[in-house]
Amino acid sequence: MDLTITALLAQDGITNGAIYALLALAIVLVFAVTRVIFVPAGEFVAYGALTLAALQLGKPPGTVGLLAGLALATGITEVWVAARRRAWRDLPRRLGLYVAAPLSIAGIVYAAAPLKLALPAQVILAVAIVTALGPLLYRLAYQPLAEASVLVLLIVSVAVHFVMLGLGLWFFGAEGSRTPAFTNASFQVGDVNVSGQSLLVLLFSLLLIGALYLFFDRTLYGKALRATALNRVGARLVGVSPNLAGSLTFTLAALLGAFSGVLIGPITTIYYDSGFLVSLKGFVGAIIGGLASYPLAAAGSLLVGLLESFSSFWASAFKEVIVFTLIIPVLLWRSLTAHHHDDEPE
Amino acid sequence: MTTSRSSLALRGAALCAVVAALVAVPLFAPPFWITLLNYIGLYSIVALGLVLLTGVAGQTSFGQAAFVGIGAYVTAYLSTHVETLSWLPWLNLVVGLALTALIALALGFITLRMRGHYLPLATIAWGISLYYLFGNLEFLGGHTGMTGIPALSVAGFELRNERYFCYLIWVIALSALWMAHNLLDSRPGRAIRALRGGLDMAEAFGVNTGRLKIVVFVYAALLACVSGWLYAHLQRFVNPTPFGLNQGIEYLFMAVVGGAGSVWGAVVGAALVTLLKTQLQDWLPSLLGRSGNFEVIVFGILIILLLQRTRDGVWPWLARLVPSRAPPPLRSAAKPFLARAGPPPGPLLVVEAARKEFGGLVAVNDLSFEIRSGEILGLIGPNGAGKSTMFNLIGGALPMTRGAIAFDGKRIAGQDPYVIAGLGVARTFQHVRLLPEMSVLDNVAFGAYLRGSAGFVRAALRLDRREEARAMREAALQIGRVGLAAHLHAPAGSLPLGQQRLVEIARALAADPRLLLLDEPAAGLRYAEKQELTALLRTLKREGMTILLVEHDMDFVMGLTDRLVVMDFGEKLAEGLPVEIQENPLVREAYLGGVVEEKA
Repeated sequence: MDLTITALLAQDGITNGAIYALLALAIVLVFAVTRVIFVPAGEFVAYGALTLAALQLGKPPGTVGLLAGLALATGITEVWVAARRRAWRDLPRRLGLYVAAPLSIAGIVYAAAPLKLALPAQVILAVAIVTALGPLLYRLAYQPLAEASVLVLLIVSVAVHFVMLGLGLWFFGAEGSRTPAFTNASFQVGDVNVSGQSLLVLLFSLLLIGALYLFFDRTLYGKALRATALNRVGARLVGVSPNLAGSLTFTLAALLGAFSGVLIGPITTIYYDSGFLVSLKGFVGAIIGGLASYPLAAAGSLLVGLLESFSSFWASAFKEVIVFTLIIPVLLWRSLTAHHHDDEPE
Repeated sequence: MTTSRSSLALRGAALCAVVAALVAVPLFAPPFWITLLNYIGLYSIVALGLVLLTGVAGQTSFGQAAFVGIGAYVTAYLSTHVETLSWLPWLNLVVGLALTALIALALGFITLRMRGHYLPLATIAWGISLYYLFGNLEFLGGHTGMTGIPALSVAGFELRNERYFCYLIWVIALSALWMAHNLLDSRPGRAIRALRGGLDMAEAFGVNTGRLKIVVFVYAALLACVSGWLYAHLQRFVNPTPFGLNQGIEYLFMAVVGGAGSVWGAVVGAALVTLLKTQLQDWLPSLLGRSGNFEVIVFGILIILLLQRTRDGVWPWLARLVPSRAPPPLRSAAKPFLARAGPPPGPLLVVEAARKEFGGLVAVNDLSFEIRSGEILGLIGPNGAGKSTMFNLIGGALPMTRGAIAFDGKRIAGQDPYVIAGLGVARTFQHVRLLPEMSVLDNVAFGAYLRGSAGFVRAALRLDRREEARAMREAALQIGRVGLAAHLHAPAGSLPLGQQRLVEIARALAADPRLLLLDEPAAGLRYAEKQELTALLRTLKREGMTILLVEHDMDFVMGLTDRLVVMDFGEKLAEGLPVEIQENPLVREAYLGGVVEEKA
């Protein structure tokens, strides 16, 4: 193996690693604020890529129907809850947020689909529609169980993953899609050819991470989420609604997932079920960070990306085995260093 | 009398008829039914392991399908590559079980020492890895798998026919069910159930929780392995597909849908999921106009709704239709457990310069005191004085920053709580930590955990009945001692708080402690309840019990204790007889705030 191949593999690894890092951030964020292990992260990736692919073809993407369906289901739930509690005052605002807003996004995308807009506009539409799924999903599946144990939430997450997987097959079909590269530019650095696409992925990942940092550091909502992650009861006492925190977290996580999908679309062919493996690699990264540290999770994801690309060179058939077995030594290390008297009673 | 006997006979006859009908079903049922029945049996065995692991012990695994795969692949490989002997498949089962136990031990050791969610995550990764490994190893046939696995033979009779195989599957499934049922109703079973009450509670009564969780995980993995071994010899070929992560998740769904709290939940869940799946696979694709595994949508939504409405699955709902049996009578003739010799007079527990820091906060600041045999020592102080922290240092629930604690001459600082419990220290909890659904009797019997010795195997095979009767006798005795004999079989959660605190004391007494640690036993009690508690503690003292009482209710401790240690801001403010403490100006100031200075 010479330097050129090493550089090529490293470039691949870092590009993929950057995408895994976005997912790892989403997973850490969701776990910190809601204690939900975000298994369906991968479906947001697949939905993002496949939505963009459908828009490229000028077809209304399947996610339009899904978003409309979820919005209606949420609307029915809200009306039912309001009727049972006889609390009608808050209903219009909730219906606006959970029904009218997503329905209008779905409408816009449906109307814009045949126009075959420019790529950046399509990216924005695709990301918007997939991001809008996040809070609805939280409202329907997780909010009624917000106080349940991590284990129950995990089982719900797995169920949500299954549902989204099945719906993905229904809406997008079994065929895979690959979206065109954002740029065909490439640069020669010494002997090594650096593709513009890889640079763009890195750039976008860094931009998103930077934007998240600013959000958490500078805005009131960001601070509210951080407070909730640190101490749920305490945050509630000072007026941060756990439901709001949950919805907001899932919006951000969906945004990160959708963006990862858009970024990964030109790199590999994405099928309705490709997201899971992608997000699992983000998981491995997140676990390296102990599901708590953002920088460690990002670094872990880069490590996963590199490991994956180098092992695909040496032992391509065992690529997945190697990546997922990495989790075992990581857990061993965490288990030996962690204090072990911290189980929560149910 | 005669009517009840005849109705009993009638019921017995009806039961026999039902059993006979069930036994005959596989002989006459159509082949499609047989296939379903076989699969339900195979799945039940795996789901049963998850009932124990998830429903009872509060841990979970998405990787059970991979253990099924180990069982299947081991026998597939060995029986096609090693010279065939008629009894070989049974030997293969042993090899498969050994390999499974090894892997489960390793996974369990790595993940179960940490918080709950690492095991499921590790099992996801493990499930996926093994799936790809099966699919990529040439000698295991890659993705196409292996064919030509011989049929099983039982006593020289080859089970080539699915109908006969059905009997083997269900004999094994029902035996596994019977053993699991036995296990839950036993000493180790109570310990497994106690895991859900919080680890420190289980540890306080002598359970090595880390080890126990690993044992349960291994047990569940072994059940999965047996199912895989059966599967391989039923299908006579294997490929990686049924051992992937999706199937692993489906097993968990079965346990959750059926009701992970009961062994029958496994069978109900396996049956429901299997039947529903075959139905949905028929008509969903035509409804949606595409082919694919759309049943996952329905399953997923079903699980979410189920968990939102009730977390206990379908079984409790079915169980209501079956009349419940009266609890078995207690055998008062059972031999009592041996009681410990009382401690020698003199200091029993010596605390020397104990210190606990939480980050920069010094919760206990170089505190020293001793508890003498046969006395009631009160550890009092205002809220936040560090009393409960000190209490947890003695029991081992919190590690100490510095200092020494000796119990009966032995150093106990730094020991795990279950080791300290073994020396004869029993405790109650400030926030009642009973298992609310378990009966008062079972809750208290758990306190006697260290006085029995029955393990998994003895319990599962019901060879522990004599010891079990002794544990029940002991529990009933202690419940009577705290005056709750009328509530023996009531679920502990149904009692009012005051009585629940008494159950906690009975549970601690069942451990036959030499030192009884009571953490705010009077908190939340009404006046009359406090009176009863005082009377009980006096009786215990008269019988020679040594008690450490942590309280902030001054009235309650003044009349009861022999000596008092007063804490404030983590330090010892005063020590002495209750009368002296009452007169102590420093104590008054700490409790009432600044009144002493005002005189000047």
